Formats: sequence, structure tokens, C-alpha cells
Amino acid sequence: MSEERSDMSEDEDGGGGVEQKERWGPSQGGGGCGSAKSRGGVWTDPPPPFSDQVLENVLENVLQFLVCRRDRNAASLVCRSWCRAEAQTRGELFIGNCYAVSPRRATDRFRRVRSVVLKGKPRFADFSLVPLGWGAHFSPWASAMAAAYPWLERICLKRMSIADDDLSLLAFSFPFFKDLTLICCDGFGTHGLAVIAEKCRHLRVLDLIEAYLEEEEEDQVVDWVSKFPQTTTSLETLGFDCVVSTVNFEALEALVARSPALRQLRVNHHVTVDQLFRLMVRAPQLTHLGTGSFGPPAALALQGDVMEHEADLVSAFAASKSIISLSGFRDVASQYLPAIYPVCANLTTLNCSFAEITADELKPVIHHCHNLQKFWVLDTVRDEGLQAVAATCKDLQELRVFPLNATEDSEGFVSDVGLAAISQGCRRLRSILYFCQQMTNKAVITMSKNCQELVVFRLCIMGRHLPDHLTKEPMDEGFGAIVMNCKKLTRLAVSGLLTDKAFAYIGKYGKSIRTLSVAFAGDSDVGLRYVLEGCPKLQKLEIRDSPFGDPALLSGIHQYYNMRFLWMNSCKLSIRGCNDVAQRLPRLVVEVIRDRPEADDETVEKLYMYRSLAGPRNDAPPFVKIL
Amino acid sequence: MEAAGESLRDTELRLGLPGTDAPEKPASTVTRGGKRALPEDDEEGYGKSNKSSSSEEQGEGDLCCQEPPAAKAQVVGWPPIRSYRKNSLHARKAEGEAAGLYVKVSMDGAPYLRKIDLKVYKGYKELREALDDMFKCFSLGEFPRKEGCSGSEYAITYEDKDGDLMLVGDVPWEMFISSCRRLRIMKGSEATGLGSRH
Repeated sequence: MSEERSDMSEDEDGGGGVEQKERWGPSQGGGGCGSAKSRGGVWTDPPPPFSDQVLENVLENVLQFLVCRRDRNAASLVCRSWCRAEAQTRGELFIGNCYAVSPRRATDRFRRVRSVVLKGKPRFADFSLVPLGWGAHFSPWASAMAAAYPWLERICLKRMSIADDDLSLLAFSFPFFKDLTLICCDGFGTHGLAVIAEKCRHLRVLDLIEAYLEEEEEDQVVDWVSKFPQTTTSLETLGFDCVVSTVNFEALEALVARSPALRQLRVNHHVTVDQLFRLMVRAPQLTHLGTGSFGPPAALALQGDVMEHEADLVSAFAASKSIISLSGFRDVASQYLPAIYPVCANLTTLNCSFAEITADELKPVIHHCHNLQKFWVLDTVRDEGLQAVAATCKDLQELRVFPLNATEDSEGFVSDVGLAAISQGCRRLRSILYFCQQMTNKAVITMSKNCQELVVFRLCIMGRHLPDHLTKEPMDEGFGAIVMNCKKLTRLAVSGLLTDKAFAYIGKYGKSIRTLSVAFAGDSDVGLRYVLEGCPKLQKLEIRDSPFGDPALLSGIHQYYNMRFLWMNSCKLSIRGCNDVAQRLPRLVVEVIRDRPEADDETVEKLYMYRSLAGPRNDAPPFVKIL
Repeated sequence: MEAAGESLRDTELRLGLPGTDAPEKPASTVTRGGKRALPEDDEEGYGKSNKSSSSEEQGEGDLCCQEPPAAKAQVVGWPPIRSYRKNSLHARKAEGEAAGLYVKVSMDGAPYLRKIDLKVYKGYKELREALDDMFKCFSLGEFPRKEGCSGSEYAITYEDKDGDLMLVGDVPWEMFISSCRRLRIMKGSEATGLGSRH
């Protein structure tokens, strides 16, 4: 599932990251660090005396045990010696915004990195709000890393544009490369995958999560699965459910057969159930399985053969004693669902959010899933289905309910009833994403009281500006209760009819909030002010179609260096306000993005601003203006 | 729901400045969703021209308007669902799509026939609503529910591939659209023979 790795979670964001340490110190070549809390002092850099060098070596031996990047960031602020030692021992480099620091600077400071995590486009790019060609190219990073980190083992990229050539560069530059995870990336195709498969002989993980591969003609598609080494492989994770083209099944089956370490396999929808059966037989040790199609193959008749396949499937699942995570279920035929009963009791993760199943079809399955912690589902199961979940899944930590019809005026199959039921039954809930059309303040308030462990609360009432459907009041009180009662809340997404009052609540109580998403909400500048002035931990703020203008933007001047980014589109900003901010904060990159070339210069359609040590980027396309 | 959204336009929230008409050019949407063979109804209403990318994809044509009645103009990127998800959910339907399954619809007393694409509908309810909408100028009453035709004016029947006249609603939807050759809306009084077994 896409956000399974904790380090990719939007919420696990440290204050600062790489940039903060160097923010106020002088820029030095070779990885020097500014002093602890001094702001803007000028330092000369004499070589450390011998005793200090010994101390640094000792320090390095100690610091290498520090794993958490926030701890490392803190350690690097102690003094220059600690900063150097920390830089020498940091094994994983996390760059939350690829434009916040130049590749050269990062690789100069951190010399012994084995694992890199890099994030690119702002999240609203997922919803087509960032025009194609905006940026987040992996190439410069690939080149810098190829030169600096010959021992590199792991790369994890999110929302980056990657070319096949970049993948080739990786494959040829890193002889010990083990782990490639690409989340919501684009720009590459099967050719790039083929090079990785062929050249990375120690590959353990190849995980493509919601990647958008380039469209390729039939004859351009490369049979990348056949390119893996013919000997026993060290593959542990292979995920390609987002790959649109068919894969060579015989090659896949043979690959699975010679990969004894394989634990996680997610296939795409071209793999049929009978093929799935064959794969499962080859890999009974799997812990995470993403099925392909889960319905009768089109070629089969409706009778006879179906029964045979069902029996096969049932036996395959019965034999797979290690499965704890299931996903896929494309084109699901409900008569196949019972096949998974043998593994349900062990499941901690179930993602059937691509399966249009009803409450009656869900109930017998969910009834067995006592240990479920993560559940992603389509709203076709309705409130009734959610009630069944609430009755059984007492340990549920994460719930996502997606809409079958993602349109504003769609029917919406779940409502406040489902939400209230979940809050009653799943007291340990930490994270929820809920799409609906009808909601009440009462249900949200109930959840805020029942689910004290909530860290992530994302409610999307799909119709814009919809009030509480019973009282017709704004949803202010509901969201207010969430921020008031859920003390651990770090991520919040609001929707429905909201006045400035909702933002007053957020500003007053949302002291731990790091990520906030706002759409079609608020009455005036005051709303945004409340948030910028009241939420000290705010890192990521994304706003669309809300009536916030220049005064509100300017009220956050004190905060923007503490944040990773601010995104605002279709609000009431003007060029003047943005220029004002750009002038006052020289280390902030202020991008004004235009969709339509004929739009006038005064209004700002899209604003994306972020702190950066690298200054304005040199790869900005013509529709991006950096102030 | 109104068939024509013209009168709603003034009250629509748009992304453009007041006074400008958001260009209704779905064909130039350069979003991920446009790459698959799928009409992205919720990415309509805001065309984007992007000159910088040389390999930009054109979105599919204005297929969303085939849905009777026409959906309210949608805003880009709302609700916030990734194109990956939208494409995946509809991929099955899109892949199976040939030229559409057009059948003639006749109504007793109406001077001319209509033609509809059965593949556009997800089930009987949508079909009924569409027919209701299509023929309302001929003042239809309540359509009969499965329970029977008592008290209603019209019944929807169809001719199957064997040439027999059948009452709509008895068989699963998928089976229905694969066997339906034409639709006929007949007066309830004539259809009582068919409905009486319910």
C-alpha cells in the first residue's frame, strides 16, 4: 500500500531536516556546519587540534547508532565538531523537498550515505493542480549521487520525474544497489525497469507504488521481468501493480520460483486468478500479496471452470500461512472472496479499495479479520459494511474509505452513520481518510471523543460547501472538536462548509499540527491568520479555492522559514503580496505558477513557496515565475 | 437534475476570474488521467495548455456529456482522488468498451424512437431514470417497480435475442445488456400479463 513505509508518511516530518542546520551558518565548501544557534555570524575555519580529532572519531563511533533523523539533526546542532561527526555517520539522507538544497551541497556534507529518500512535487500535483513539466527531475540528483556514493544501497523517491536514463545511471553506478522504491513517480518506462532488473545483481526490493509509467507502443514495451538474473535472486519485494502493460507470465513464474527470499509480491491486473494460483504455489512463504484480477478470466465460460479455479484458489490461500497483508482485488467476482477466509485471521492489512463489493459481500470476510490494523475499502460497502468493520476490528489503526464515484454530485454511499459506528468500535484508530457526501458535526464530535489516539484526520465531504446535513450548520464544531480533543493530531484535512471559526479552533488547539489541507473553506483573511499565528509546528500547508489574500499571506512571515512549504491555488493573492514576501524572506523560493498564458499578471493562480538553501532553481519551465 | 446546465453556469464556482468563462475544453487537459482511454468527468471544465512539455497527452474527448442528464461542471482535482485510483476503478469498463451497445427505444404513442447506449448505465435504476428523463415530455407516470405494475401507467419491456418480449428488471444487469436488442415502453394495461407473477 502506498503509504506503508513510515518514512514516506506525510506526518513523520522532522522540524528542519537537512536545511535547518545550515540555515544561518556561512556557506562552506566541504560540508562545514554553522555553529549551534548563532544566527548569521561569520566563521573562519582553522583545522581542529589533534585532541579534537580524536574526540571526533570517538563521537563518530557513538553517533553511528543514532538512527532517527530528528535526533541526528539535534545532535548536529551541538557544536561544529558534533556537526562534522554526525555528517560522517549519517547513513540515511532524507530530503523532504528536492529543491530545498542542491544535490552537490547535500553530497558534500554527508559523505557516507547508503540510503536516500527524496521527495519532489507538492502533494496537490496528485490532483492535477501542478502542470506537467513543472520539475522535480531526478537527473541532477542521480548524477551527484553516482559521483559521491558508490556504496549506495537504497533509493526511495516520491513524486519525482525519473527518466529511463536515470535508472540506467543508477544500475551502472551502484554495484551494491539493493532497494528501489518509487512512489507516485513518472517519466520512466519498461526500458528503465529492464536495466535495473538486469544490472542490479543484489536487488532485494523493486517496489513501484502508484507510478505512472510512460505510455509505450506494443512493440516498445520491454520484457523486463525476463531480465532478472537467471540464478537464484535475492529478491524480497516485487511490486508492479501499477504497471499498465502485461508482463511475461512464464518469466514471472520462473522468477518467483528462483527467489526464495520473496516475501512481498504485488502483481498487476493482467495476472489472472489461475496465474495467481500458480504464483502462490511457487511462493508459499509470502507475507504480503497483491492479487491481480480477482474474477473469472474473460475466456472462461460461466460454469464449470469457475468452480475449478475457486477450489484452486482456496487451497492456495489455505497453504499460505504467512500472509498478513492482502491487496489488489481488481475486477473482483464476489464468489471468489471466500477463498481468502483461511488467511483473514492473520491479516493486519487488507486493501480492497479497488473492489466494488457490497456490505453483504464484505461481512463474511471482515468477520474473520480480528487482527486487522489497516483497512482500505470502497464506499460501496456502505454504512452497513462499516458497522461490520466496527464490530470486529477492534485493533484497527488506519481506515481509508474511498468513493466509487469521485464526483461532487455523486450519490455517496457512506455517511455520518458509518463514521460514528467506526468511532464506537475502533477506539484505537490513529488514522482516517473518509470520503462522503453527508456528514454531521455530531458524528465528528463523537469520533473526537472516542478516538483519542487519532494522529491523522482527513475528512472529505465531496460536495463543496456542504453543511451538516441535519442541522444545516457549518462543520466548524466538528473539526473544532477534533483539534480540541485529539491531542496527538499532527495531520488534518478539512472540508464541507467552514467559516473562519473553524480556523480559530485550529489555531487555538492545533498545537501539534504539522500538515493541514484546506479546500473551499473560510470567510476571510482572518481564517488563515489564525492558523499561521496559532500553529507553531506547522510544516506543510496546502490551500485551494479559499478567500485568503495578501494580508493573510503576510501574517505568516514569521513562520515560513519553519515550514517545508506553503501551497495556495485559486485564492485571493496578488503579485504584490507575493513579491512582498519574497523580498522580506530571501531564503524563501516563491514560485508563481500560471495555468493559462492569457491570465493577467496581477492575480496569482498558484503559489508554491518553500525555504531553500539552493536559491531559485534553474530548471523552472516558462509557466513558473520565481520572484 | 437538469439536462442542460446553461442556467446553472452563473452560479457555478469556477477557477477563473469573475466575468471570464472557464474554457470548456476537456480535450486539452494535460493530466495523468487523460493518458488512459477514459473520460475524466471531474477534470472537465478547465482546459490547460502547457507548452513546455513536448510529450503532453491530450485528454479524451467530451464523453462525459453522453451521460444523461449532463453532470454539473466539475472542478479540477476535486474531490481529491489520484488519477491512478480513478483510472484503475474504471479500467475494466474502459477496456471492455467496443463501439457501445446502442438499442432503439420506442414508446407507445410517441411519434419517433430514441437510441441509447446501454453500456453507459451501471444498472436498472440509472436506466429508468434516463428513460424517464428522455420521454418525460410524453408525460410518463411512475415506472413500475419490480413488485408489480399496479397503479402505474407504463412498463419498460425489451425484446431479447430470441425475439421474445420481456419485462425489464428480472435478470442481472450484465445478462440483460448482453441479451437486450431493443426497448419498448408500453402502456401498463398491456403489460399486466408480464408483471402478474411478481
